Amino acid sequence: MIYNVTIEGTEYRLELDLAAGKWRCLLDGSEVEMDAVLARPDVLSVVMEGNSYEIKRERIEADLRIWVGDRPYTVEVRDPRSLRGRKLRADHGNGARHLVAPMPGKVVRFLVGENSAVEAGQGVVVVEAMKMQNEIKSPKRGIVLKLAVAEGAAVNAGDVLAIVE
Amino acid sequence: MFKKILIANRGEIAVRVIRACRELEIPSVAVYSDADRVALHVLKADEAYPIGGAAAAESYLNLEKILNVAKRCGADAIHPGYGFLSENAKFAQACADARIKFIGPSPPSMEMLGSKTRARQEMEKAGVPVVPGTSRGLESVQQAKDVAAKIGYPVMLKAAAGGGGKGMRRVGAAKELQAALEAAQGEAQRAFGDGELYLEKAILNPRHIEMQVLADEHGNTVYLGERECSIQRRHQKVLEEAPSPLVDLDMRRRMGEVAVRVAKAARYWNAGTIEFLVDQEKNFYFLEMNTRLQVEHPVTELITGLDLVELQIRIAAGERLPFRQEDVLIRGHAIECRIYAEDPDNNYFPSPGTITMLLTPAGPGIRLDSGVYEGWTVSIDYDPLLAKLVGYGQDRAQAVSRLVRALEELFVAGIKTNVGLFRRILGDGDFRSGKIDTGYLERLLGAEVGCEVASTERGGGKSEAANVAAVAAAVFAVLDATSKASSNGSGPADAGAGAGASSWKRTARVEGLM
Repeated sequence: MIYNVTIEGTEYRLELDLAAGKWRCLLDGSEVEMDAVLARPDVLSVVMEGNSYEIKRERIEADLRIWVGDRPYTVEVRDPRSLRGRKLRADHGNGARHLVAPMPGKVVRFLVGENSAVEAGQGVVVVEAMKMQNEIKSPKRGIVLKLAVAEGAAVNAGDVLAIVE
Repeated sequence: MFKKILIANRGEIAVRVIRACRELEIPSVAVYSDADRVALHVLKADEAYPIGGAAAAESYLNLEKILNVAKRCGADAIHPGYGFLSENAKFAQACADARIKFIGPSPPSMEMLGSKTRARQEMEKAGVPVVPGTSRGLESVQQAKDVAAKIGYPVMLKAAAGGGGKGMRRVGAAKELQAALEAAQGEAQRAFGDGELYLEKAILNPRHIEMQVLADEHGNTVYLGERECSIQRRHQKVLEEAPSPLVDLDMRRRMGEVAVRVAKAARYWNAGTIEFLVDQEKNFYFLEMNTRLQVEHPVTELITGLDLVELQIRIAAGERLPFRQEDVLIRGHAIECRIYAEDPDNNYFPSPGTITMLLTPAGPGIRLDSGVYEGWTVSIDYDPLLAKLVGYGQDRAQAVSRLVRALEELFVAGIKTNVGLFRRILGDGDFRSGKIDTGYLERLLGAEVGCEVASTERGGGKSEAANVAAVAAAVFAVLDATSKASSNGSGPADAGAGAGASSWKRTARVEGLM
């Protein structure tokens, strides 16, 4: 099977075959001596050219993370035969950005008003969760178009708190 | 000895107390909120009773409900843990009225030490060094200005009922005083229902060092050595160690003797902790006394070989201290990391969720006091402390090495944690040479931004570890595809596929339970 793997902007092409318990592995076209066995769900023992690695797989929200020892890699795996293309993250463009609650909590107060100018990294709203107050910061420089909830309101993860353009 | 002990708490500290009960062969009673039906402390206790809604005010802070459970199940003692009702003198008094032993100090001791201004007055009377400032609540802005002018700026405004940095302000000059006073007063009023403030001189880059004491109800009081707690963020401790790299034998004796004097002035019994601020000339000043077991008590247990929770229970049962001051020996070095469910990429914002995988460290010199397990969902309703990882060694360097090794073994998936922060601290040159004060962590985190950028830039190339990650990601994809294919057919799944399928089933079960 062939997979294209992207790690931190770098592409890898993997060709893998598993037959009778033995792996054949081509990494970017060159053969790599490799053995991989699932030790338990989401934990893989990889022995590659004599080196032993304990690999852990983790899914957080939409991200897939592969841990090599204590170093996490955010990974995208694509099957080139699959017709489903992958959209780039919508986040990077200009235009309106939504500030969303990262977790359920309570809106304590807004630090800016509607139509005020904010810098990137400036606090916009304070949300209290797990006994701690935390500032949600503007991802970009712009104007606060809208405060989407009232002070004191309970919010769920993903709820839009404010819109900055 | 007690017939049955109720633990009025949750999380890792409830589990810690249940363990001590087990060892003493005393039946333990857990109480739980709606969010904690399958919490670890409920699983480990001998008996368990629901006490209401997930919000702490409806459950773990509801003293009537907890007392009713204690009466109903026949508990003759209550251990309050830390936080929640542990420093609530009314609760301790209500226990006494119900003829249930509160495992902690007497209500009058708690009341005296609970008010920081009253504690300061008593300690000044007892000849205990306190930070220069007022020992009574401030009456007017003018009075505050007069005192501040006398002791010199910068000064700290603090809430008499305070804790956790709430109602606290640093004031650099006279013109900032009025605004700071009003802000701190409002914050204290909201947080503690008491706006009383006092003022003390701000100490530049202080260390925060505390002394553990233990006293029985027959007038015997000992100190068990200090803990270095300077590594803090937003006035919350992150990493603690014992002994402090700063404190030598003579300083430990002097601090210990002052701590015993504090405890005696408060007619204190059971376990308690005296917090000191230490300035750059190694002068130490009484800050406050915490009238409960501390989160960081394990580091003291490791270097003294004592079990503080067991001793708390024995003392509450009326036993005398089984040793004298000269029998207390400090051996080796211990460091504790508080593992929190926090997102380091989002300003250490609490990060609740389901723990999908938990691999725990073990081996020489490692202790893990945990309140969670694989499959447990960390709730938004409580403090995000997951576990305390403690490393012990014959000296500080060995404790650090063991902790670094254990942090490599520890793996938590599904939620974000601050584990990476400890790798940074333990590898940092200033930490290794003991150059720490209460500003240390903010400085490290400030400097960290630059390092992060640099490492991302370097990450562009294909390192060996990245190659392995790429191979592993593809292997997982192959195994997933194989597992899907074989689960559609009738044949038995191969090892990898079988494990994958059961992982799905387990997740479904866990989510069904939640």
